[in-house]
Order: sequence, then structure tokens, then C-alpha cells
Amino acid sequence: MPSCWNPGKRGDYLMQYVYAFITGGIICALSQILIDKTKLTPARILTSYVVLGVILTAIGVYKPLVDWAGAGATVPLLGFGYTLAEGVKTAVSDSGLLGALTGGAKAAAGGISAAVFFGLLTALLFKPADKS
Amino acid sequence: MVGKRMGIGTIKFDRPPRVRAWAAVGGKKEKDGPLGTEFDKVFTDTMCGESTWEKAEMHLQKVAAGMAANKCKLPISAMDMILAGDLLGQCVASSYAARGTQVPYLGVYGACSTMAETLGIGACMIDGGFAQRVCAVASSHFCTAERQYRFPLAYGGQRTPTAQWTATAAGACILTAAADDCAPVRITHVCFGKICDLGITDANNMGAAMAPAAYDTLRTLLSDTGTHPEDYDGIFTGDLGKVGSRLLCAMFEQDGMSIAQRHEDCGKLLFDDKQDVHAGGSGCGCAASVLCAHLLPRLADGTWQRIILAATGALMSPTSVQQGESIPGVCHAIVLESGKKG
Amino acid sequence: MELTPQEYQQLVQKHVKPSPLGKDMLWAFVVGGAICTLGQGILDFWKAVGLDEKDAATATSITLIGLSALLTGLHLYEKLAKYAGAGTLVPITGFSNSVASPALEFKSEGFILGTGAKMFTIAGPVIVYGISASILYGVILVILGAL
Repeated sequence: MPSCWNPGKRGDYLMQYVYAFITGGIICALSQILIDKTKLTPARILTSYVVLGVILTAIGVYKPLVDWAGAGATVPLLGFGYTLAEGVKTAVSDSGLLGALTGGAKAAAGGISAAVFFGLLTALLFKPADKS
Repeated sequence: MVGKRMGIGTIKFDRPPRVRAWAAVGGKKEKDGPLGTEFDKVFTDTMCGESTWEKAEMHLQKVAAGMAANKCKLPISAMDMILAGDLLGQCVASSYAARGTQVPYLGVYGACSTMAETLGIGACMIDGGFAQRVCAVASSHFCTAERQYRFPLAYGGQRTPTAQWTATAAGACILTAAADDCAPVRITHVCFGKICDLGITDANNMGAAMAPAAYDTLRTLLSDTGTHPEDYDGIFTGDLGKVGSRLLCAMFEQDGMSIAQRHEDCGKLLFDDKQDVHAGGSGCGCAASVLCAHLLPRLADGTWQRIILAATGALMSPTSVQQGESIPGVCHAIVLESGKKG
Repeated sequence: MELTPQEYQQLVQKHVKPSPLGKDMLWAFVVGGAICTLGQGILDFWKAVGLDEKDAATATSITLIGLSALLTGLHLYEKLAKYAGAGTLVPITGFSNSVASPALEFKSEGFILGTGAKMFTIAGPVIVYGISASILYGVILVILGAL
């Protein structure tokens, strides 16, 4: 069995799911206030979240949240910002200024490439449909 | 009264042009709505067998115009003029629908007010003797409008309670000269509206953007003609929806005039509350199809003697909204009378 | 009666029903939370299969993005989103939906200028400002390191 599988700590293991649910849920519920109470368009909200994720990671707030909530913090788009910022941090310590330019995109490459490729596949395989 | 005008801005026809025939076509949601059975034809497949939504809208308009002409036992090529409009950039649904008809064509853009605008211009053309038979037609399609103004259809967005639902529908009328005794409805007055903009910038609240225009045009028409809301069997605004309708009534109430008993809105008539359309229907096809499916038949059979159709349009573009401009509204009103004496 | 834009704005406020915030937030909480919990499950799966922490996180994003693109193609994502609001917008699945939906929708304008070009109408700014913010952060780190 892989090393992280530890039946002795089953309670902790389940709690991780509870933390993920609660954290992700709260982030989304707070965002709903932005949708309902402001005229911010979805594109603006998403963009702000990614930038906010970078900032929160930079000032050291987001990493502890990720450690505690797991996917509850990495799945919302704030986590995309976290990935970018963490990537840059590692790259800068490895290769200096060059890392500042490559680190973010490198860390986010999997997500962006997947979105582009699966988007294209969706366009190839499916047909547009009316809403009802 | 100067020439054919009366008051500040109302055109009066001494020999009222007539509406000879009409047809309304709609999509699936319109079929499921309260007026579903009154449409001449409904398409449950809103692609209408075409390959793109734009072609589908063109198809709707073609079918509506063809059916209206057919009811006069005339081919569409017998028209002197086609006046047509839709919501798409450069009015393409109308232009492509008129392609191949061999009839002089005027594209008209008035957003959701288009049907009243084409009818008004058509009536003037006929009264002036410049045409004997005019086809006035307008259409909209939910999918083409969403693509152009909002988000892709498969995008997961949430609508606000003030948002309206673009009708997938078209309506067409054949206008003829005053001498045409077979034509059951007459257009007696037209009041073309001016642009009103009270600073609404929310493109999801078009009812609020258009209500001041509806108020302005209706007030002009009523005062120019010296009539009151009670003189009409109904005052039908184009598609103010729930929010705009409440605002319109509130503005008239501030004047000490109540129109609530006579007022109805095409956007509220076309769909049911249960259909999840939020504030109601909209789009050129909304007023056009409600007119042709619901209003004109009641004038023709004498249920009603006289109504006002006041179609409203929000004249913004995606670009102007992105640049933060407020939304200009316009409302064109026409007075329709039954040819039958009640 | 003549209304000024300010007076009219007040009248509008009086007649507009606000969005049902409580209900919307509950939906967003439940669906958003559920997507994150699913993400946790996928993360644990990839770890169990033997990927290290970092690769498992990337694989989780890719899996969620793929699932969301599939649901977008099946026109199910939009149906869920109607109720879930921010619950489907904010997770990475919302990012994927914002790429896949214009890709599908604008296919009618061709695969190059339709699908290819319109794919980023909503997601483009996210990438532009996300990456730019990360570069800025990197430059700050370099400067701080040099001091």
C-alpha cells in the first residue's frame, strides 16, 4: 500500500473531507454575495480570485489553509493563484529572475493545458443546444 | 394640427392603413407558455432543422412572413416592400430572410421595439401612397441573442431576478391600404418615441432602462389624442417585463393617472411564472409574436375595439455596455382599431 | 412629471426584488463544498496510486477539469450552475466550463476563429492576470533575495 494510506488514522482521514467540504463551501458561499450584491461579472470575480490567491500565498496566509483544508483550498480558483505563487517561489530559489518568469506558468501548465485540450475535445464531440 | 400630425408627436391617419393578415411562429418554450396554442406554427426543435442558430432565426422570420402573405393568398413577392428587423449585429436574420424574395427591403433596428417601428413606418408608407402592400416583420431567437449579448449557452451563469428571457419567435403583418375592406384591423395613430435614458447601466435590468421611454411615449400619445387609458381595451407595452411594468405604473401614478387596469405587457403574457424566465420575455420576437398570436385576433373578431401597442427597445450594444455607457430606451406606440363595429 | 436620473434610480431600487441571497448562498455552499470534497477524494486517489504530493495536486486539477468539460458538453454543468451560482463558478471546474462552453458554442464560426479564438473570452483574463501576478511576485522575491 502507498505510504499515505494509514488505516490507524481513519478519523483524521475522514475529517480531511469534512474540512475540504466546509472550506470550499464557505469560499463559494462568500463569492455568492459578490454575485448577488454587486454588479461584478463572473470574469471579474474569477480574475480577482486568482490574483487574490497569489497575494494571499505571497503573504503566507494561504499555505496554512491548504495544509488544513486540502482540496477545500486548492480546488477553488484561489488555489490556482496558490499554485502559481508556490511555483514561482520554488523557481526563483532555483534559478533566480528567470524563475520569476517561468515558475508560475510551469506550475499551472497541467491545468491550463487540460482546460484548452478538453475544451477543444468538447467542441469536437458535442453539439450546441438550446436552454429550456 | 399640422399636416398629418397632431399634438407634439403623434401621427394621425385620416384614412387608416389596414392590417390584412398576420402570422406568429415560436419555439418550444413559447409553445409551453400561456399563448402556446395561439401561435400559427411552433418549432419544438429550435434549430428549425438548420445548422446554426442564426439560420434558425432567419428560418423563423421567413416562415412567419410566408404564412402571413399566404393568408392574403399572395406570394411574398407580391409585396411592395418588406420592413424587417431583429436583434443580431447588422440585422442579418432579416436581410438573409429577405434574400431571394425580389422585394424592396428595408432593415430596421429598434431592438425589442422593432415590430411597432416597422408597423409604424409601413403605415406611413401606405398612407403616403408609396406602397400598397407592406410586409412588417420582426424576429428574435434566444440562442442568437445569448451568444451576442451574454454568455455561451453552455456557460454556467446565474440570471438575476431582473433579467429577461429573449423569445424565440417571429411575427409578421401584411399592411394594406385604407380601401381594403377585407382587412379586419386598422392603424389609426402612430407615435414614434424619442430616446429616453435615465442612467440605467445594468444590462440585466432592461425593463428599468425602457420604462421611462414607455412612459414618455404613452403620455405623449394620450395627451396628443386627448384620450385616457379607459378609452382603450388594453395598453400593451412591448416587453418591460415585471420590473419595467411596475415602474411604468408607478410613474403614471405619480401623475395621478392609473393605467394598471388597462396595462398588460407582452413579456409577461408570453411566458408563465413557472417557466423560470425571471422578469419575463423580451426580444423583437416577443412583442411581434404576442401581437400576431394574441392581440390582432381579438381585434379582428371584435372582442376588443381599440388597443395601444407600445413596443419598447433597449438600444445598447455589447460594446457600449462594456464601455460603461448607460442604456438608451425607446418606445414606439401604435393605435390599433377593430374594423368590425362592436 | 420629469424624473432626474437620481430620482429614477431610487424608484428602481424600490421596485426591484433582490436576489434570494440566503437560498443562493446555501446552494453555493453545498455544491461548492461537494465539488471540493470530490476533489479531495480524487487527490487521495492519485496519492494512493503513488503520485507525490505535487503531481497528485496537478492530476486532481486535470481530472476535475476533464469532468467539467464533459458535463459542459452534455449540457449538465449549466443546469447545475443555474442553482449553484458561485458553487460551480469558483471551483476549478468553473474555469474549465468557461473554456469549454465558448469552444463548443462558437464552433459554428469555424475551428480557428470560432473555437480557437473564442475559447479564452472568459478565461483569458484569469490567465493573463494570474500569470502576471505570479511574475510580479517572483520579481519581488528576487529583489528581496538580493537585498
